[in-house]
Amino acid sequence: MSVVVEQNPALMETNPPLMPGEPSLHHLTDRISSIIERKVGDTPLKYWITLGTTASFTVLMVGCLTYLALTGIGVWGNNRPVGWAWDITNFVFWIGIGHAGTLISAILFLFRQKWRTSINRSAEAMTLFAVMCAGLFPLFHTGRPWRAYWLFPVPNTDHNVWQNFRSPLIWDVFAVSTYFTVSVLFWYTGLVPDLASLRDRAVTKVRQWAYGIFALGWRGSARHWRHYEAAYLILAGISTPLVLSVHSVVSFDFATSVIPGWHTTIFPPYFVAGAIFSGFACVMTLLLVARWTLNLQDLITMKVLENMNKIILVTGSIVGYSYCTEFFIAWYSGDVYERFTFLNRAFGPYWWAACSMYTCNVIIPQLYWFKKLRTNLWVMFIISITTNIGMWFERFVIIATSLTRDFLPSSWWSYHPTWVDMCTFAGTVGFFFTMFLLFARFLPMIAMSEVKGVRTYEKHAFAAAAAAGAEKVH
Amino acid sequence: MPMQFDVEKVKDKLGIGADKVYAVMGEFEDPEDLLEAGRKIRQMGYTKIDAMSPFPVHGIDDALGIPYSKLGWIVVVFSMTGLGIALLLQWFAGAGPMNTLLLRFGLSGYPLMVGGKPFFDFSYSIPVDWELTVLFTAFAAFIGMWAINGLPRLYHPSMNYRNAHRASDDRFLLIVEADDPRFSPAKTSDDMRSVGARDVEVVEG
Repeated sequence: MSVVVEQNPALMETNPPLMPGEPSLHHLTDRISSIIERKVGDTPLKYWITLGTTASFTVLMVGCLTYLALTGIGVWGNNRPVGWAWDITNFVFWIGIGHAGTLISAILFLFRQKWRTSINRSAEAMTLFAVMCAGLFPLFHTGRPWRAYWLFPVPNTDHNVWQNFRSPLIWDVFAVSTYFTVSVLFWYTGLVPDLASLRDRAVTKVRQWAYGIFALGWRGSARHWRHYEAAYLILAGISTPLVLSVHSVVSFDFATSVIPGWHTTIFPPYFVAGAIFSGFACVMTLLLVARWTLNLQDLITMKVLENMNKIILVTGSIVGYSYCTEFFIAWYSGDVYERFTFLNRAFGPYWWAACSMYTCNVIIPQLYWFKKLRTNLWVMFIISITTNIGMWFERFVIIATSLTRDFLPSSWWSYHPTWVDMCTFAGTVGFFFTMFLLFARFLPMIAMSEVKGVRTYEKHAFAAAAAAGAEKVH
Repeated sequence: MPMQFDVEKVKDKLGIGADKVYAVMGEFEDPEDLLEAGRKIRQMGYTKIDAMSPFPVHGIDDALGIPYSKLGWIVVVFSMTGLGIALLLQWFAGAGPMNTLLLRFGLSGYPLMVGGKPFFDFSYSIPVDWELTVLFTAFAAFIGMWAINGLPRLYHPSMNYRNAHRASDDRFLLIVEADDPRFSPAKTSDDMRSVGARDVEVVEG
């Protein structure tokens, strides 16, 4: 850039630039592209070791699901009355994680939070992989995944049977499949200008073709940008209510039933806050690992991480508040079953699950009130992991403990997962990380065109502010 | 007999070929300079102007006179289509006729009596109505945007400019197209230089 601007020190303090130093536009393109333009042989060994580990977990997942499909869902620990167990817990857990990606890319875009540009691409990719993991569980929970198309309203001459549209389960089918599709479109739309950059830089024929085809002939014409920005705004505008609706619909699966502990009106906002909470924590885990292994300190700055921790603090507090409300309403309702369920959660056979959920979700995030702690990399790494452990337990507590003991003591039973349950879940974690590692290696993890735009206008804004400040002095 | 396919004729129609002039192009290092130059070029009376940039340049639409995107209107039509389909689907599945001509195509309703509730009611259809509206909106925005932009395409004459590959990196290009009534290769090149463009070139189609 030709303009070198003296930055206003007062402005720097209250609103520091997203990226330190004065990287030129070409430097930014080079910096981000170099991560993926490395020769295969030059990829660090730690990358291959990590990928090998996560890929073997993916193989484990495939093995478990094959075993399940060939045998039946009896290989899981699901029983009567715990018909929804680990699988639905995992479904809600993964869907929740996905929501942070949409929140970062859509809601923060509408609120013009410019710090999102260095993390939104990877958060959106994370959404896709998390929703893939989530979708597997209900798919295999049907027992006959090859009949899963029966979930969709396909006209069928053999049956003429239609879905019952009064059921929240069919709403869920629509919500999750729409969510995945819209997330793919949103992610790909954002990716196209960066694929064009990679195409234009390509030195091998394979790369030129691969990136060239998917860049769709994008050339950055001003007329194209105008429609592109309109489309991006529309996609962000609908993704925002979409993400809120998806987790609300997921919560309806529980809230519209009559089981004590499920039948509550607080569920939609409570589930959405929990989803954002766990999703931000998951983005944090991935970002810290990527930042460390790929040396992205200059792109993913401390300011970005601190902002994310503030959101984790806010949503964690909302989750804590919801827990209190649940307990209060259970007492205030005067309903004996409702009261029993909540006492059973805290003091029953699964007290340890409830205990880890309260500790990880309510108490630990409160450490983020201290600036020292929310800017410490080790602290945020540990909290990002404990948050996800806590949020997994939250779903387990809601689903399993409510089902083990409902109205009739004669139908009470306990629940134990089997090795297939555990290996399938571990396998989806491996699949999630495998997909993310492949993404980070072959596609631009940071939205180049957006970062360049933000950088340029930030510089011009500083120049204008400096000029205005100088005028005031005179 | 195989269809005769005259490559030259097709190229002629598309305005492609070494003997065709596509435009005069020049480059800038700073988006502000591009804006300034764009404004000046437009004041000179050129109308077929475009720019290429690695990110959307604020204010370029006003500077070059690019009209407002009508994508939103297209999208609204499709959103309403999605809503209509969702309502129709749920009404038909829940309260649709069972024995009509549609049965020949394997289509008939499947009324379910659940607790004496109506076969179809708007209130229970809301979640699916919303999701299908969103789905259609997203597809309309996505497909509509590429269609309006005339993408995907494999070739565009602007690629013949020597610095075209830098428009996705760190350069801002200004284009005056050859079908502009005031266009003349020599005069337009001079005009481009006079507003500060560098590496000004007459680009072939």
